[in-house]
Amino acid sequence: MSEFVQQLINGFSLGAIYALIALGYTMVYGVLRFINFAHSDVFMIGAFTGYYVAPTVTRALAAHSFLAGVLVLLTAMAVCATLGIVIERLAYRPLRKRPTLTVLITAIGVSLLLQNTGQFIFGANPKSFPKLYVQTNFTLPGHVIISSDQIAVLVIALILMVGLRYIVLKTKVGTAMRAVSFNPTAAALVGINIDRVISFTFGLGSALAGAGGILYALNYPSIDPLMGTLPGLKAFVAAVLGGIGNIPGAALGGMVIGIVETFVAGTSWSTYRDAIAFAVLILILLFKPAGLLGKLQVEKV
Amino acid sequence: MKKLILRFLALILAFLLTPVGCKQAASDTEGSVIKVGEFASLTGKEAAFGQSSHKGTLLAIEELNAAGGVIGKKFEHIFEDNQSKAGESATIVKKLISRDKVIAVLGEVASGRSLEGAPICQQNKIPMISPSSTNPQVTEIGDYIFRVCFIDPFQGTVMATFAKKTLKVKNVAVLTDVAAPYSVGLANFFKERFAADGGQIVLEQKYSSGDKDFKAQLTAMKASNPEAIFVPGYYTEAGLIVLQARQLGITVPMFGGDGWEAPELIQIGGAAMEGTFYSTHYSPEDSAPAVQNFVKKFKAKFNGETPDAMAALGYDSAMVLADAIQRAGTTDGPKLREALAATKDFSGVTGKTTMDAARNATKSAVIITIKDGKFKYVETISP
Repeated sequence: MSEFVQQLINGFSLGAIYALIALGYTMVYGVLRFINFAHSDVFMIGAFTGYYVAPTVTRALAAHSFLAGVLVLLTAMAVCATLGIVIERLAYRPLRKRPTLTVLITAIGVSLLLQNTGQFIFGANPKSFPKLYVQTNFTLPGHVIISSDQIAVLVIALILMVGLRYIVLKTKVGTAMRAVSFNPTAAALVGINIDRVISFTFGLGSALAGAGGILYALNYPSIDPLMGTLPGLKAFVAAVLGGIGNIPGAALGGMVIGIVETFVAGTSWSTYRDAIAFAVLILILLFKPAGLLGKLQVEKV
Repeated sequence: MKKLILRFLALILAFLLTPVGCKQAASDTEGSVIKVGEFASLTGKEAAFGQSSHKGTLLAIEELNAAGGVIGKKFEHIFEDNQSKAGESATIVKKLISRDKVIAVLGEVASGRSLEGAPICQQNKIPMISPSSTNPQVTEIGDYIFRVCFIDPFQGTVMATFAKKTLKVKNVAVLTDVAAPYSVGLANFFKERFAADGGQIVLEQKYSSGDKDFKAQLTAMKASNPEAIFVPGYYTEAGLIVLQARQLGITVPMFGGDGWEAPELIQIGGAAMEGTFYSTHYSPEDSAPAVQNFVKKFKAKFNGETPDAMAALGYDSAMVLADAIQRAGTTDGPKLREALAATKDFSGVTGKTTMDAARNATKSAVIITIKDGKFKYVETISP
């Protein structure tokens, strides 16, 4: 029983990170109807921003490790948001009126550009991510152990997701985002600045990826320029699983993938963890082609 | 029209003849130096291994050349990086042999990548010396493949003995990297020996190189109550594994093989690495004059960096090759191969090297522990 609860905690903390990345995929898909494959590399940039910023910040704020941690997180989010906006402005906006396939290929190109620039600037060797605070373990009843990193992941992911929900549902720019997602032409007709909304969406999604990068690096403190590929792929699967374009769906999908993966890895089938996570995707799509929470849209010809 | 065809034929003839002339000119310059190829993981996941080994080889070749080389010729060292990636090594070794015309190949640390390069050396009858690939399969590729380190059956035995006698444990769990032949081999030899000695493997879990999350496997291990955990993988994952095990409240001793030997292990694992053990080929704390002399020279060349086992083996691999060329009196493949196979009691940094019938070196192993964030020598276990 305690093993089960322990695996559940492990799965949730892994799934929360997938969910944060998945939100970026799903938001961009929601407004632009294309998969931003460079998203997983923005996640990597988030981790590396933390790697370079953390030593200075922790030295300056040695007495306030909580504040230092928050500052590192916010810096990474800001850097990633800027990067996301710049990528959209330079690579995707000129192709706005072209077929989706053109943009998709460009996204793969941007992804490779970021990976290889990363290898060139940061070096291809794995680096150890600095510790932002003193590690502690908390023992829950039944010998279940939760580490401070896992708590950080769960709490921060929850705060960010609630914040995102607030922005999307209650603010003016969130309403504009939903309008653009629903019908871009009509949104433009009623005076919504589509370019600005799309920039904002990219910034928001990339900021979440940046936060995901920091949380991932905190839990698995070995980072390298290709670290984004696999988590990015899983998060993409999570987004599709939950129903692409659907924000709560991405969060749910991330959790499902994280938990399935963890439970598989805990058995003697551990080498098939990725295969089974993808098999779950296929199964769910067979019965619910639009994903768990997605609505099937009939394309009119 | 006829004239045109004739001219065309003349042109073709000219083309056919020129390469021959070039080749002769090239082989003239080749005669004055001995070209040695090296393939290593200079960047990427196992860069710490490749860099160490490469630095050791560099130092050896520099020393040999300073002493005037062998058989009246100096060495030319041609090295290539395989980025720690699978699939790159075969291409690189092909390039070294066919384009650079090396007379011998040194490399690799990781058994998986040595296994890629070895068949090409064997086909071309170019001797290959692996400095530190410990999987038995490497030299089984053919009679041109050698190594200057011990092999995993021995390392497995050493760790089984260590677990039983020094750690005094009976129930051990094993976490194997199924994507690395090194790890799979070492795990198997350890399990065989440990079971034969009356120990019990309570659980074996698996992962693949490049994984970052091991909490699921470790949680399952914790439930099976082992007295120690054996992790026969490479340092990138080993650091994360030990770290996550401690986070899950697993306090039993953890130990591994020579794949752990890199400063990155402590950087990644941090304080969690305290009190873990691994077996390796040599310790810089060894008081033998050959070792201390090597450590001094290495530190002088590489900004005070202390050479690890991979560096010492990289150094020895080049020295063993030079010794064989000296004895053979030629760099001709088959003769050099025979001289290498006849290597006996060659005194190197990592002890005396003697090639056995299967072209493996028989050597003793040392156990290292991590204390106060530093590698500390524990004991030497002889074959």
